[in-house]
Parts: sequence; structure tokens; C-alpha cells
Amino acid sequence: MSDSPEKTPARPAEAAEKPPAPQAKPKLALYWAASCGGCEITVLDINEKILDVAATFDIVFWPVAVDLKVKDVEALADGEITLCLFNGAIRTDENERIAHLLRRKSKILVAFGSCAMEGCIPALSNSTSRRETLDFIYHQSPSTVNPDGVEPQLETEVNGFQLELPAFWETVRALDQVVDVDYYVPGCPPQAHQIWAVLEAVIDILKTGKPLPPPGTVLGAGNKTCCDECQRRRDEKKLKRFVRPHEIIPDPDRCLLDQGILCLGPATRDGCGAKCPSVGMPCRGCYGPPPNSRDQGTKMISALASVIDSQDPEEIEKILDGIVDPVGSFYRFSLSKATLGRRLVEHREYPEEPRASARAELPARESGSGKEVAR
Amino acid sequence: MIEAVADRTDAGESTGAEAAEEWQPRIVAFLCNWCSYTGADLAGVSRIKWSPHVRVMRVMCSGRMDPTFVVKAFQMGADGVIVSGCHPGDCHYSEGNYKALRRVHLLRRLLAGFGIHPDRLRLTWVSASEGDIWAKVTREVTETVRKLGPLRLEA
Repeated sequence: MSDSPEKTPARPAEAAEKPPAPQAKPKLALYWAASCGGCEITVLDINEKILDVAATFDIVFWPVAVDLKVKDVEALADGEITLCLFNGAIRTDENERIAHLLRRKSKILVAFGSCAMEGCIPALSNSTSRRETLDFIYHQSPSTVNPDGVEPQLETEVNGFQLELPAFWETVRALDQVVDVDYYVPGCPPQAHQIWAVLEAVIDILKTGKPLPPPGTVLGAGNKTCCDECQRRRDEKKLKRFVRPHEIIPDPDRCLLDQGILCLGPATRDGCGAKCPSVGMPCRGCYGPPPNSRDQGTKMISALASVIDSQDPEEIEKILDGIVDPVGSFYRFSLSKATLGRRLVEHREYPEEPRASARAELPARESGSGKEVAR
Repeated sequence: MIEAVADRTDAGESTGAEAAEEWQPRIVAFLCNWCSYTGADLAGVSRIKWSPHVRVMRVMCSGRMDPTFVVKAFQMGADGVIVSGCHPGDCHYSEGNYKALRRVHLLRRLLAGFGIHPDRLRLTWVSASEGDIWAKVTREVTETVRKLGPLRLEA
């Protein structure tokens, strides 16, 4: 991310240790960047414990639930927010501007949920280009009626008023590719019991003054793989074909991967309670790679290659035809953090089809940098 | 005066073109300790000329070749990657080379999804006595990668 604007650094230590004003409750902020809103809803899944949260914290920013504006956050002192749970990936210049703002105002910034941690579903568009995304959404999709070929503009004049839209970037990035992040809470969405475990720990730390966990810690998750929590019976794996979940009715007790369903359990961190496999759906990998593993996709490839039961190149190719979309399947939630980053845009060599440069021509804007980010 | 400026511009351009011509493929090769590395060694000892653009990494077995190594090599600036192990049936660890075979097939599909031509990743079998075959493989891969051009995957 060398070409991104300089990262806003974490709060200096002395600022973090300054005690809050007497009687003042610690401040909590929640924000959504490029996300679906599921992480916001799942915070409410902690049910009546949300009252404990409201009793402990002063909520100073939560666009989905509280009517406070960005200018209210700007009015706060730097480091005044004790805890900020930031969900959503960085897709537009607005996302990045608010990420920088909240980093500056927060003592503890948490990448909350898979989007903020590693890109998640929005980052799947890194397997295509900005131009192709816009082409499909505004021109080609079967449900689109757009005879004038209108596309979103950064600035539009309507009835004498100037309207602005955020600039839409080529590449979707995770929060820590834009600002320093203190902790990570994985999951799409994080499970309610894990959210409460994290909030409870923070409340405890605030009350007792216990030391914080080391920066960079993944909170609210385990240190093994999803398979460790899965109750299904595992036999020796010998795969002769891959099937998609709708093609078979899986045996309720046997490992889904044993049955040929592409389950990312072996390359995914535990902590969710293996919810998807327990109801017959394969793990898609939303808790991210397990500890000490950088790249979820290549780890899954490594695991799968060991269990495909063939030594004949042609047969292997036939078996692999059952994996419909390798990038989307292996990096469904972690494409922003993939070693290869994104599909090549400028030097696109495969598949070979002539297309205009996919790079957007973006005018510089005063807030975020209008600079295009290639990776 | 104007001529002088024009000359300088021309000179600058031709320097740029020369710089582009100077690009040489960078190829990383993961060779198994027991067959292919020894085979490459034999090529050297036998003074067989093989491509100078190939950088060799020794791994104990082609089955040790983690797919992460390959994508990391591309990310760090390799234009091509060779994985080479013992011939099928000859693996020192019985079937590590079959694992490599399946990994490479799956990886090539993944690379295609990232816009990297699958031909940039090549799997070969070279035994300890096949120094000449190793030399041929390196020349072939260098030629393939040269045709595909620089990968330019910024790190």
C-alpha cells in the first residue's frame, strides 16, 4: 500500500493513558464503511446486554442507530473516543476519510467483522475491475434500464444545488491497509456471543485497569480451525469429485468435505461454533485464516490438493472442473489480504480480451486523496 | 538550440527503449532435493549451458512446495515459476510429487483468476541424471516467459 496516503498512526501512548474527565463515561463509536449492515445488526443480537453497553458507554457515533453526524465526531478531541468498532471495507474516498478521522479520535480502533479485517464480500470486486463493475451495474445487468447510460458522477447539479458522491476506487482494501488498527474481530458477521465476550472484556479492563491485550490481537475467536469445532465425523479424505451444496443432500453426520462439498473449514479460524457445517452448509471461511497463516486461499489449495484422489493429470483437471470459481471460493472473505492482492488491471493478460484502460480518471478532491490506488 | 533540445529528447527516448529491451525474465525454481536439484547440479558439473534467468530454491520434496511460496514469488517480482520433482513413481517420499502435481493444477486455475497467465507456472519432472533435460526446461520456460513479457505485479 505504498501509494496510499500516509497511515494515521495509532494514538501515542501518553494520550492513551490520560484518565477521562471525572464522571464522564467512556465513549463508544460504531461505523460502517463498505458493508452490508449485518455487523451493525449483530451488535443488537447481544440482546438485553446492549443495556449494559449503553450503561457503560456514551455512544458518540453510530450512523445506523443514533442521529449524530460526522461533524459531531470532528468536534471531539483527538483520542477522546475510547473504543471504536469499525466495520466495512474501504471502497470509496469517504470510507477512507472517516477511517482516518475515527483513527485520530479513537484510543482503541477495532476492525470489526470480516470486511474491515480482510475485505470480505465487497473485496470480491478485486477479482474484476472498477470499469467492469460499473459496466455491469449500470449497463449490462438484466434488470437495469438505463437508456441514457447514466453513471454516478462525483458532482452533479440538481435544481441549482451541487450534489456530491464519494469517489469509487479500483481496489477494495481492509481497514488496516489504510490506518493502524489495534484489534481485530473476525466473522461475517461476528457471532453475538463473541461480540459480548469482547465488550465484556473491554468493560472489565476499563473498570479494573487491567492491561490491554497486545496490539494486533484477534479478539472473539479461537486459535485453531473451524474443523476443530465441527461435530461431523471425519474419515480419510479421498475426493473423486466436487459437488455444489444444492446438488446433493449431504449425509447429516459425515464431514462435508469428505462428501465432496468444498468446505473451507481446514483453512478457517475457529470461534463461530462451526454453525454452517452443523446445518449442512459448508464453511465459506468468514473467520479468516487460522493463526500463523497469511493466505487463506493458498492454504486451502494446499489442503485440497492433498486429498484429491488421482494421480492422472487429465482426471485431476476433470475433478477440478467441479470448483467453479477458484478465486471467489478460496478468497470469498479475504481477497483484500490475498498475497496476490487483486486481479491485474493494467497489465491484463488473461483472459485475453481487448478493453480500454480500467483505471478511472478521478479528479483530486480536497478531503481524501483522489489518487487512484492500484493495489 | 532547438535542435539540441530535440537531440536530447531523442536520446532520452532511445535510452528508455533500451531500458525496456534490457528486461530479462526472472524465474524462480523450486527443486526437490533428491532428483531435480541434483539434476540441476549435474547440468552445472557437466557444463551444460542453462538459462541464467532461473533462480533455484531447494526444497526437500516438490510436495513441500506450499502454494503460498508460488504466489509469494510472483508477488515479489518473479515473472515465472518452475516446480520440479522426481518422476511419478520415483518420489523419495513415495507420493510428494503427486501432491505437487495436484497443487500446480489447482494453482494454475487460481493464477488465471488473478490475471496471471497459467503458463507462467510450470511443473516438470527431472531426475538426478537428467541435467540435459533440466537445461532444456529452463530454456523453454525462459522463452515462454519472455514471450508473455514482464508480469509487473507491484509488491
